[in-house]
Amino acid sequence: MSILDSKIPEGPIKEKWTNHKNNINVVNPANKRHIDVIVVGTGLAGGAAAASLAEMGYNVKAFCFQDSPRRAHSIAAQGGINAAKNYQNDGDSTYRLFYDTVKGGDYRAREANVYRLAEVSANIIDQCVAQGVPFARDYGGLLDNRSFGGVLVSRTFYAKGQTGQQLLLGAYSAMSRQIGKGKIEMLNRHEMLDLVLVDGKARGIIARNLITGEIERHSAHAVVLGTGGYGNVFFLSTNAMGSNVTAAWKAHKKGAYFANPCFTQIHPTCIPRSGDYQSKLTLMSESLRNDGRIWVPKKKEDVIAIREGRLRAVDLKEEDRDYYLERRYPAFGNLVPRDVASRAAKERCDAGFGVNETGEAVYLDFAAAIMRYGTEKATVDGIHNASETMIRELGEKVIEAKYGNLFQMYEKITDDDPYKTPMMIYPAVHYTMGGIWVDYNLMTTIPGCYAAGEANFSDHGANRLGASALMQGLADGYFVLPYTIGDYLANEIRTGKISTDLPEFIEAERAVKDRISTLLENKGSKTVDHFHKRLGKIMWDNVGMARNEEGLKKAIAEIKALREEFWKDVFVPGKANGLNPELEKAGRVADFIELGELMALDALSRSESCGGHFRDESRTDEGEALRDDENFAFVSAWEWTGDPSKAALHKEALEFNDIELKQRSYK
Amino acid sequence: MNLTLKIYRQDGPNSKGRMETYPVTDISEHMSFLEMLDVLNEQLVNDGKEPVAFDHDCREGICGMCSLYINGEAHGPDRGVTTCQLHMRKFKDGDTIHIEPWRAAAFPIIKDLVVDRSAMDRIMNAGGFVSVNTSGNTQDANAIPIPKVDADKAFDAATCIGCGACVATCKNSSAMLFVGAKVSQLALLPQGQVERTDRVLNMVAQMDEEGFGNCTNTGACEVECPKGISLENIARLNSEFLIASLKAEKK
Ligand SMILES: Cc1cc2nc3c(=O)[nH]c(=O)nc-3n(C[C@H](O)[C@H](O)[C@H](O)COP(=O)(O)OP(=O)(O)OC[C@H]3O[C@@H](n4cnc5c(N)ncnc54)[C@H](O)[C@@H]3O)c2cc1C
Ligand code: SF4
Ligand code: FES
Repeated sequence: MSILDSKIPEGPIKEKWTNHKNNINVVNPANKRHIDVIVVGTGLAGGAAAASLAEMGYNVKAFCFQDSPRRAHSIAAQGGINAAKNYQNDGDSTYRLFYDTVKGGDYRAREANVYRLAEVSANIIDQCVAQGVPFARDYGGLLDNRSFGGVLVSRTFYAKGQTGQQLLLGAYSAMSRQIGKGKIEMLNRHEMLDLVLVDGKARGIIARNLITGEIERHSAHAVVLGTGGYGNVFFLSTNAMGSNVTAAWKAHKKGAYFANPCFTQIHPTCIPRSGDYQSKLTLMSESLRNDGRIWVPKKKEDVIAIREGRLRAVDLKEEDRDYYLERRYPAFGNLVPRDVASRAAKERCDAGFGVNETGEAVYLDFAAAIMRYGTEKATVDGIHNASETMIRELGEKVIEAKYGNLFQMYEKITDDDPYKTPMMIYPAVHYTMGGIWVDYNLMTTIPGCYAAGEANFSDHGANRLGASALMQGLADGYFVLPYTIGDYLANEIRTGKISTDLPEFIEAERAVKDRISTLLENKGSKTVDHFHKRLGKIMWDNVGMARNEEGLKKAIAEIKALREEFWKDVFVPGKANGLNPELEKAGRVADFIELGELMALDALSRSESCGGHFRDESRTDEGEALRDDENFAFVSAWEWTGDPSKAALHKEALEFNDIELKQRSYK
Repeated sequence: MNLTLKIYRQDGPNSKGRMETYPVTDISEHMSFLEMLDVLNEQLVNDGKEPVAFDHDCREGICGMCSLYINGEAHGPDRGVTTCQLHMRKFKDGDTIHIEPWRAAAFPIIKDLVVDRSAMDRIMNAGGFVSVNTSGNTQDANAIPIPKVDADKAFDAATCIGCGACVATCKNSSAMLFVGAKVSQLALLPQGQVERTDRVLNMVAQMDEEGFGNCTNTGACEVECPKGISLENIARLNSEFLIASLKAEKK
């Protein structure tokens, strides 16, 4: 059993990153021209990395499966990005951001990585503003902030409800500049279908040109995966339709350990599902919890009256409402972390207080905020004796300026007006903290293969705080990976171009082609979506918000059976040579099925509760997640051995020298 | 509800296109338009046929990947939304719906309803950026205050999702709204000033080279734009271009 070397630099936590940068190898500018780097993914992580590496002088080839790098799923991020700028003068600092992130992750993240993240966070904002990212500003022309869950300071920078879009367009513009200069070769509508290793090192990829269907070999001195998260293993999630695990999974099967696969984030505020035809779920940003109050009726008879349409939410008296987050967590109230908020919603709904037909919805109510803002605005505008209607109108305008696009999105989907009636929300799969294991340099267990952004497991432990994924993606891509990769590439300056005619490339290409033929020639009787939906149901029922031994064992057996059935009975129409979306989906679902089994195995082996991973067997008297630090203060890193259920477990012990391990409390 | 779909189909970039008719039944008004197409595709696959190819990804109106010309309108009959946000409650039982791809010389068809919009990326590569390296050594983000009105206007322009509906809907296939949005965003911000002249000249030159037509001020683009990008941005593009051309002549 190999030992996981996290390569955490020596020294006090505050100096680790600076010392490390001073001590690692660098590649001389003239030599960078002779080095090729493949970056798969053009989201915040991949896009930022590709642009930065090209600026430094490396030859970059970048890949994405959409028709343009600007469409990576980072574009959909809504609420904001954290940074320890302390512009609000509310006592924020690098240490506080570090502390909040480690605590928010329920003490299952690597201290040194998180500290570095907090340290470079401020630079991200500077960088983005310099690129022309139009963050929200106050009337003095300075940057504005909002609060996110799990913290007591206001450190979230935002651009209305489109923060991800603006940040990604910033990274895209940096990429565009390098594409224009010929330093990045951009391959849109290409899907990576395997990683190629030569002498144990990552040396390239096999990709399918999604338009022509051609299988291509691409070589490089290092391969960076910025391929996003795998929430779509649940079929329904807030991820884009194309988000997938394939690139990460192929790397896993070639030797990259997969860390904490079961750490999944279920986001508390999403639009509830409405029918079987549903293809995805839509997030309502956490930023809404700044102003929205979450509640269900106190009395069952009111619940029933609401469900039957006899009572309107707005007509229910204050004293008959249960603001259960404010009741249970007075210190953090509606701004508890996501895992806590989601479980609390599930608890109320399981107890029969859900407010829609399916019984799976709670209210997110802006009425109080609208009146509060309206009154403030009336005062500022010098309007005395403003009528209630006028105050409401003024308040609605303030809310619109803050969250307009989210309210519009809600209205379009549900046909309800959230300015007039509370939103209905329910938890949904949103983000995956687990991912490819990486060391401090973001290198996987395969030399020369790196992982950045949501694709790696690094910084969020067992629960990610809101507005920290964008921060991590850009930190990895702009400020970490471009330096740490030099340490490895410094030894490659004499390697010369890697030939794609090496037997390893030929063999990998053959395997990819074989799999495609198998899928197309299968002539089964069921569609790819049929299998994906069944997998999603097994995952949601057993590996979702609450997990237990019995359910997990059942899930493993069911997924195994599903995998066999898939390969026997899936039907994939169309041809290999040309655009074939069903074929693309089939490959992704086949990988999701294998991953699902590993997730269940991981959840089974971790019999503690921590963050988003809640084991029914391990809870406090008050029903909160109960950690077991004695037995589980480690990262589970799984090695592929030929079958998901036989994966080998490696443990990276987590040491906490700068933060004291405590039972998390938000009361 | 039950509907009749008339869908444009084309097997590949060089094949001939045709319209096909498909009935769909039991469509819920709560479905999104693309979920309705999912139902059709599931049905086609179950019948052993090839499903209709169309572009989509985020399905929440932000990635700009979905397209579709629905009953003669880019992104369909609703306003301020993309096709993926269009819901079936905008249609009636018994309706016939015509579904076609974006049509423009600069957007060649790849298959069925999928077109190639890479020309828009190439315009961005020509100048849609601020030349600042990602070194982390930039000045503090609050060093230059930006008046809120300018910041807000820049933001509004920056919300363009690059979908191409403006081009598809324009009788001249002009990309002026798309280009105007980016040029405006950066012209309104202090960070965009240094390259202001070159940017607009280079982007417009690339736009012309890609075969996009000229703007004749019909304003159809603003109506169909899912993000409400306003014609003001075209006016600003024109004036930026004029000033930049004069400056370039003087040099
Ligand atoms: C609806 C929503 C809202 C969110 N809001 C916030 C927020 O407000 N704040 C916050 O901090 N975080 C938020 N998040 C989380 C955050 O957006 C993501 O974690 C983050 O953007 C991921 O970035 P990434 O670069 O790692 O991956 P992505 O942006 O997902 O990019 C993945 C890239 O990989 C490419 N790719 C994948 N597989 C392949 C393959 N096999 N071959 C070729 N290319 C491939 C894709 O084409 C794409 O370019 C939100 C997430 C969602 C879903
Ligand atoms: S201007 Fe509007 S219609 Fe044109 S690409 Fe941008 S968002 Fe789409
Ligand atoms: S699918 Fe992303 S905008 Fe429609």
